[in-house]
Amino acid sequence: MGKALELEKVYKSYKLGFIPKKKQVLKGVSFYVNEGEIFGYLGPNGAGKTTTIKCILNLIFPDAGRITIFGEDSLKPKARQRVGFLPENPYFYDYLTGREFLAFYADLLGIHGRVKEEKIRYLLKLVGMERAADLQLRKYSRGMLQRIGLAQALLNDPVLVVLDEPMGGLDPIGRKEFRDIIVNLKKEGKTVFLSSHILQDIEMICDRVAIILAGEIINQGYLGDLISEKVLYTEITIAGIPAAEFNHLGESVSTSGDRVLLKVYEERNIDQVINLVQQKKGKIVSLVPRTETLEDIFVNMVKNQ
Amino acid sequence: MKITTIARNTFKEAKRDRVLYLLFFFAAGCLLFSRFLALLTVGDRVKIIKDVGLASISIFGMLMAILMGTGLVYKEIDKKTIFTLLAKPIHRVEFLMGKFLGLVLTIFIMTVLMAVIFLLILFLHTFTIEWSILIAILYIFFELCLMTAVALLFSTFTTPILASLYSLGFYLIGHLSWSLEMLIKKVKSGTGRAILRVFYTVLPDLENFNFKTEVVHNLPIPTKLLGISFLYGVVYTAFILLLAMVIFRRRDFI
Repeated sequence: MGKALELEKVYKSYKLGFIPKKKQVLKGVSFYVNEGEIFGYLGPNGAGKTTTIKCILNLIFPDAGRITIFGEDSLKPKARQRVGFLPENPYFYDYLTGREFLAFYADLLGIHGRVKEEKIRYLLKLVGMERAADLQLRKYSRGMLQRIGLAQALLNDPVLVVLDEPMGGLDPIGRKEFRDIIVNLKKEGKTVFLSSHILQDIEMICDRVAIILAGEIINQGYLGDLISEKVLYTEITIAGIPAAEFNHLGESVSTSGDRVLLKVYEERNIDQVINLVQQKKGKIVSLVPRTETLEDIFVNMVKNQ
Repeated sequence: MKITTIARNTFKEAKRDRVLYLLFFFAAGCLLFSRFLALLTVGDRVKIIKDVGLASISIFGMLMAILMGTGLVYKEIDKKTIFTLLAKPIHRVEFLMGKFLGLVLTIFIMTVLMAVIFLLILFLHTFTIEWSILIAILYIFFELCLMTAVALLFSTFTTPILASLYSLGFYLIGHLSWSLEMLIKKVKSGTGRAILRVFYTVLPDLENFNFKTEVVHNLPIPTKLLGISFLYGVVYTAFILLLAMVIFRRRDFI
């Protein structure tokens, strides 16, 4: 498997303020994205996610380091030939209608005639914007802009799709649809680079992740390797028995009505809880083992730093 | 192809700018006013119409070029539309050239519209069409192209207000620098004269595009002068655009 994208020791600093003060934003960022995978780029606000993406797309120039897209230096326009990009909070020419907007970008990419028409129709359908296609972009909601922005990113049939916080501003249904589209892109053989601070989204669809904090990559790898399968604790919801009965077996987190939510840390205690419930003629409503989540890892790492 | 797409979109955007129409109505108002001004004049009334008319086209055209040119690139950066645009396989140079050509097209159409109104007013007064006037208007247009490039240059690195002030400064210097030439003739040869000459070469001389006096007073215009002025316009515009490209090529879009 080849590498779709590779960053080697990328540094970037900005000079800000009236008396320019240097601020180091990226401190030697290195990672790679394999062809055909969904790669999650994680980090809290201000960690340097968008700066990294702007470096990849040549919107800003790194102070040092090297970025290659399918082996081609990112500084050459040719490297961006098969790259699609959806920025965070996309802003577009608001006087254009959705259809005109896509046509403008198609012209820029050298897509003309019937191919253009068909492509636009297909993409409008894909992102669910057929009905709003002839509305001016100024009348679009944020979620709608996000959708038309994704259509724009897919116009040139990209091999690498770069999405900066794509789920921001979407409702739950929209988020699910977006996730489905992204998974489908992978099925079509495309590589997806996805930045986000919404861990759930990344956990659900990404193959590999990199975590950036204060301009440095603090961890990267396969999601399965990062998250251990070990059960941290088991949550048991019990009905009909007072919480005090279980004090020696686990920690009662909450009670509502006759229900008790119990956190059991040791595996052998689980059987004892079940036995106790049977003896006292109570009822087990649910029993859920909790494994480590990306969120746990993320929060721990941020705290440690 | 990419340049023309960007140019077309720039034209579409410029067309929607209210400032453009405001300036156009002011220009049309001034052109009409010249007719009434002529009534108050003793002597050759046609000269007043020509004089005020050409000056109106020149000044309002300059304001259009500056006000639209300075906002052009800045707006793209400010509204972040430039992010998706430059992430496509487009050279920054192509983007800038597209913007320039789109604006030049807008200015050209505006100049033509103002010229039509002007010639109509003149025709209603004299019942003849003087084609020599078109030469003066053509060179006003060349000057406006240069001013567009200047506005674009400033908008690649500063805010519209500052860029407008700088461009206006360029315009004023450009129309006053000819006095340096007069000074050079009067200063004794030596270091002082050499410094003045360097200044005069570097500073723009927009009077090169001014054929208003010749046209108004029906004086002959040497063809050689027209050629040199045209060449001066092309070279200076190209130089300014080159400067804009050098700055724009290495700019970070934070």
